[in-house]
Amino acid sequence: MNEQLTHMAGQVTAGKLTRREFMGKAAALGVSAAMASTMFADAARAAGPKKGGDLKFGLQGGESTNSLDPATYASSVPFQNGKQFGDQLVEVAPDGSIEPRLAEAVEGSADAKVWTFKLRQGVEFHNGKTMTSEDVLKTMERHSNEDSKSGALGIMKGIESMKADGDNFQVTLTEPNADLPYLMADYHLIIQPDGGMENPGAGIGTGPYQLEVDEPGVRHVFKKFANHWNPDFGNFDSVEVIVINDATARTAALQSGQVHAINRVEPKVADLLGRAPNLTVHSTAGRGHYVFIMHCDTAPFDNNELRLALKHAINRQDLVDKVLRGYGTIGNDMPINAAYPLFDGSIPQRDFSLEKAAEHYAKSGHDGSPIILRVADGAFPGAVDAAALFQQSAAQAGIPLEIKREPNDGYWSEVWNVQPFCASYWGGRPVQDQMYATAYLSTADWNDTRFKVPEFDEMLFAARAELDNDKRKDIYSKMGMMVRDQGGLICPMFNDFVEGVTNQLEGWESDPTQEMMNGNMSRKMWFA
Amino acid sequence: MHPIIKLVSQRLALGLLLLFGASALIFGLTEALPGDAAQAVLGQSATPEALANLREEMGLNRPALTRYFEWLGGILQGDLGQSLTNKLDIAESIGKRLGNTLFLACAAAVVSVPLAIFLGLLAVRYRNRWPDKLISAITLTTVSIPEFLIGYVVIYFVSVKLGWFSSLAMINDTMSFGQKLNAIALPAFVLTLVVLAQMMRMTRAAILNLMQSAYIETAELKGLSNFQVIARHAFPNAISPIVNVVMLNLAYLVVGVVVVEVVFVYPGMGQYLVDSVTKRDVPVVLACGVVFAAVYIGLNMVADIVSILANPRLRHPK
Repeated sequence: MNEQLTHMAGQVTAGKLTRREFMGKAAALGVSAAMASTMFADAARAAGPKKGGDLKFGLQGGESTNSLDPATYASSVPFQNGKQFGDQLVEVAPDGSIEPRLAEAVEGSADAKVWTFKLRQGVEFHNGKTMTSEDVLKTMERHSNEDSKSGALGIMKGIESMKADGDNFQVTLTEPNADLPYLMADYHLIIQPDGGMENPGAGIGTGPYQLEVDEPGVRHVFKKFANHWNPDFGNFDSVEVIVINDATARTAALQSGQVHAINRVEPKVADLLGRAPNLTVHSTAGRGHYVFIMHCDTAPFDNNELRLALKHAINRQDLVDKVLRGYGTIGNDMPINAAYPLFDGSIPQRDFSLEKAAEHYAKSGHDGSPIILRVADGAFPGAVDAAALFQQSAAQAGIPLEIKREPNDGYWSEVWNVQPFCASYWGGRPVQDQMYATAYLSTADWNDTRFKVPEFDEMLFAARAELDNDKRKDIYSKMGMMVRDQGGLICPMFNDFVEGVTNQLEGWESDPTQEMMNGNMSRKMWFA
Repeated sequence: MHPIIKLVSQRLALGLLLLFGASALIFGLTEALPGDAAQAVLGQSATPEALANLREEMGLNRPALTRYFEWLGGILQGDLGQSLTNKLDIAESIGKRLGNTLFLACAAAVVSVPLAIFLGLLAVRYRNRWPDKLISAITLTTVSIPEFLIGYVVIYFVSVKLGWFSSLAMINDTMSFGQKLNAIALPAFVLTLVVLAQMMRMTRAAILNLMQSAYIETAELKGLSNFQVIARHAFPNAISPIVNVVMLNLAYLVVGVVVVEVVFVYPGMGQYLVDSVTKRDVPVVLACGVVFAAVYIGLNMVADIVSILANPRLRHPK
């Protein structure tokens, strides 16, 4: 029997046997379906990518108001669109290293202040023009100049000057930053012809698929771009991104085979969905975290004892089990987890302890008035439930929490970063520096915990300029401890990306950077 | 002037005035919502700098009244303007969406209106006997279940288990008429279930009311069959209330089906409006609001006119 199976696997690899035929024959040999499925997948992977087919995504996170202008991307569908028609200079690889895209090589000066990107030659835009260093320069200018409204504006701040120099694009920074290549991997920074100055929403880039239909909030269709610089990228004839915001409709579309992959599988149905024979539910540990944030400079949260009391009063494992249904890991009151490079795993885990909570609460001398926690389900899925669980465990420690429910609508403008204590969500960043610089530096716009410690800022800058990774890791470890013990962040959990993918697709890779393989499914996967 | 023409022109003028009022109201309410388009677009990633730049670009820094009258000036010249958020032409976007919405509404109406009236007549014919009770029980059950639940149940059995129809009711220009009908089969079915009961019950009630009249007795004494009496003699006099409730349901099919749109991923007006309100895209909200208001006003006008035409006393006033 073994010989026969090996022979059949060989035929699969040679492309002579389809999945259905293989499964049928394997069943005749008495092999279980699960076993046969695995064997087929292995054999098909050995065959290498096949070209062809129309890939369909069913995604949550698209609105009728979406634009193709990369500066405006803030949700899943625009993100996915950008990955189809565009390329950044570099990309963060699944293992956390930097992968070349439109830049062939990146080189930093010894002091990490001047960074030179050697650009790939002969790269063609979908409008037929050839990419030059001027296009790159103008793109970066559009995202960083005074009129910019780009979502990447925050990370472009430390740039002193940029220049286009023949085949090179050079960035000079005001302060040293060893992580600059990671900043350039941001998904907003898609290189557009003439920087997209004229028509930013035209959807013209250098990506493996070119735009065919743009119906915001409904669907976006892309077809294979024949002249892409990397023939290995993009195995499909076309890619269709279908907006399905309703979770049940999304699951049904995947189950009935109308789409091949969906994002945001609800944790409560993930187990059941995973039992379906024709699809796989992938759970990928990411850097996104569900949090409760306190303003360190506003009473009563300006008292670190009270902050510690609240941190000890939350039952993290309970939240992971009930809110995430196990699709996630517990947090440690810092925004960093093992998915980040240079993470120090030896930092002790904050424990759930009612005694310690009560002790810190007594020390804080809080007058016993209810502490108001503002929350909306739009903060993160299950936020209201999480707050209720938090309220109950805090009550056991004698800490009175009062939950104030806010509307989803306007939550990010009226509550988050405005009210002193609320629920929130962070998507995470590719490197520690970026995460801390975005939300924990004294001067950061999004310092949503009002954590302003000069010593911390100094360490952040020191780590940035440090090219020795051991020393950097050491500094980051101290910074993590500082946020954990003094900050206003209560981080009970990191959520996984939970996605459903049909078994017809091969080539899945876990990628912690962003959902759906960091938007690279259409580049790297193929139909078996 | 013929009294009907006079009436229609009066109603039209009043309708336009009403539309104007509705647009002012919608604008006022959208302005009163917290936040603005710039904030909604940037969301969590809003920096003060980016906000200021985006507001400048969207022209949100100008006074509200100026923006409203600019919009009004545009619409009087037939220009709906551009969306604040994605810069697409609103007329073009609405055109597609409205077409889709009307298509679905028509499909549902073509099935549900005759069916409801027929079932109503049937219920009167067999009043208080088992067909009447069965019809009432079924239609009242379907109208009482939330439409999203009916949608999910239909998707689960018809689409996932049986695989007969697609659960995604996405239609586009490249599809043939038959393909489009096939695509919207499920949402049209669900909508039919939702609107059937009210029209059916109204038909039944209106006709039953007339069945006590003397002329019905005469018709019966003439020896006409029971169903002929209902259809030929009672129904024409019951048209007015029935048309009213039919129009109300047609209006609902156009403006109130956002839940069904979401469940079946149908690219209609409802989702477009909801997204635009969330993103505070005022020109789009106004445009959608005016279209919806026009549908309501128009259908109500039709109902009134039909009522008058159906009633000789109103048709020939002294």
